[in-house]
Amino acid sequence: MTQVSMTVNGKAVSGVVEGRTLLVDFLRGNLRLTGTHVGCDTSQCGACVVHVDGRAVKACTMFALEAEGAQVRTIEGMANADGSLGVIQQAFQDHHGLQCGFCTPGMVMSAAALLKDNPRPTEAEVRAHLEGNICRCTGYHNIVKAIMAASGQDVAAIAAE
Amino acid sequence: MYAFEIERPTTIAAAAAALAHDGAQALGGGQTLIPSLKQRLASPEKLVSLTAIPEMRGVCLSDAGEVCIGGATAHATVAAEAAAHFPALAALASHIGDPAVRNRGTIGGSLANNDPSACYPAAVLGTGATIITNSRSIAADDYFDGMFSTALTEGEIITEVRFPVPQRANYQKFVQPASRFALVGVFVAQYAGGVRVAVTGASEGGVFRWAEAEAALSASFSAAALEGLSVPAEGMIGDLHGTPEYRAHLVKVMTKRAVAAA
Ligand SMILES: Cc1cc2nc3c(=O)[nH]c(=O)nc-3n(C[C@H](O)[C@H](O)[C@H](O)COP(=O)(O)OP(=O)(O)OC[C@H]3O[C@@H](n4cnc5c(N)ncnc54)[C@H](O)[C@@H]3O)c2cc1C
Ligand code: FES
Ligand code: FES
Repeated sequence: MTQVSMTVNGKAVSGVVEGRTLLVDFLRGNLRLTGTHVGCDTSQCGACVVHVDGRAVKACTMFALEAEGAQVRTIEGMANADGSLGVIQQAFQDHHGLQCGFCTPGMVMSAAALLKDNPRPTEAEVRAHLEGNICRCTGYHNIVKAIMAASGQDVAAIAAE
Repeated sequence: MYAFEIERPTTIAAAAAALAHDGAQALGGGQTLIPSLKQRLASPEKLVSLTAIPEMRGVCLSDAGEVCIGGATAHATVAAEAAAHFPALAALASHIGDPAVRNRGTIGGSLANNDPSACYPAAVLGTGATIITNSRSIAADDYFDGMFSTALTEGEIITEVRFPVPQRANYQKFVQPASRFALVGVFVAQYAGGVRVAVTGASEGGVFRWAEAEAALSASFSAAALEGLSVPAEGMIGDLHGTPEYRAHLVKVMTKRAVAAA
């Protein structure tokens, strides 16, 4: 067992973990931040996406010890300081970008990573960026719409065919 | 997963020393290794992480005009930083898996693993790149040794890969939609001395050079030059995603597309 320390959503945290402890298990099990989901555990669905040092990664495919000293951001860190929904989260609500909500934490974190690098993406860019985020409910259209809206673009014209 | 320790050295020398111990295994981005550990397909006693070693990360241009990529450089970094020097390589990196995979997965891990459907092996063999390890240099033509098999010895670390920059080049990947790996991928590169064509995803022998296409394209760099050629289905991979015949057909189609796009 080894001591690991990192900053999660702006707060210094630490814990004692095994080598094989995944980052997602440290977040969910040790820190009780259960907003980050495990959909597949085989690196394919993106439900577990968090940011490590500003980059989107699958928390089920990284060890907690590899995040030693890192800045980690999870879905719990996406709300505004007063607890109201952040811009991307609000857009998901406004545009019905979720149904069961299981994929949503990963979708929101992937969207946030995209908008940081590309503040006004095209619809095609949004769809390409979501390559590794699987949703089995929505059919994606409203997720794409929500992300476009969160980037401040007019989404009335986006077809929901 | 079976239990193991993790070590995070910060120099190549320290990593090589750690890997000299029995039961130690390198950990790159973990995008292949962690899923196989979960399936208990590997049982290392110790993982030696290579991603905290600054001398193994980044993209640069050598005095000889080669694009040099540190062995622990993430696909996303190659996509961003190789774009100015070698756009075909950057484009290949930018289509590996998905954004989160590209933020962790490394070129060294991909080449050490040598998945028969991986993208980087096509670029390395298609350019005649050099693989630099902690102990030697290996020419691309001597490196790949069939599916999941390479010239690397136990504990050897890919520290860098050097790509000679072609006059023009292109990689075309026919995506296997479930895995996002290449069902068939073809890398075509033209140099003053001739053309190289490397094919991934198709053969049971792993990545290979298509010699007839290289000869035809060296004489005339055009899709039309490939017209009379065909690839035998024998030895091609057959699975639920495609028959050997289908893959053989795709090799030619993707090669033509790569030539047209180069
Ligand atoms: C959803 C998904 C989609 C993917 N899609 C694609 C795709 O389209 N195309 C593609 O090419 N790949 C794809 N991959 C694989 C991805 O590119 C991996 O990152 C890569 O194959 C392995 O690199 P890694 O750094 O993650 O290595 P790891 O998983 O850490 O290691 C893999 C193997 O290499 C060894 N190793 C690691 N680094 C070194 C080194 N520097 N020197 C010596 N040995 C080393 C390890 O010991 C291990 O045996 C995908 C993966 C996932 C999860
Ligand atoms: S739970 Fe991590 S990718 Fe599905
Ligand atoms: S809303 Fe149910 S999986 Fe996406």
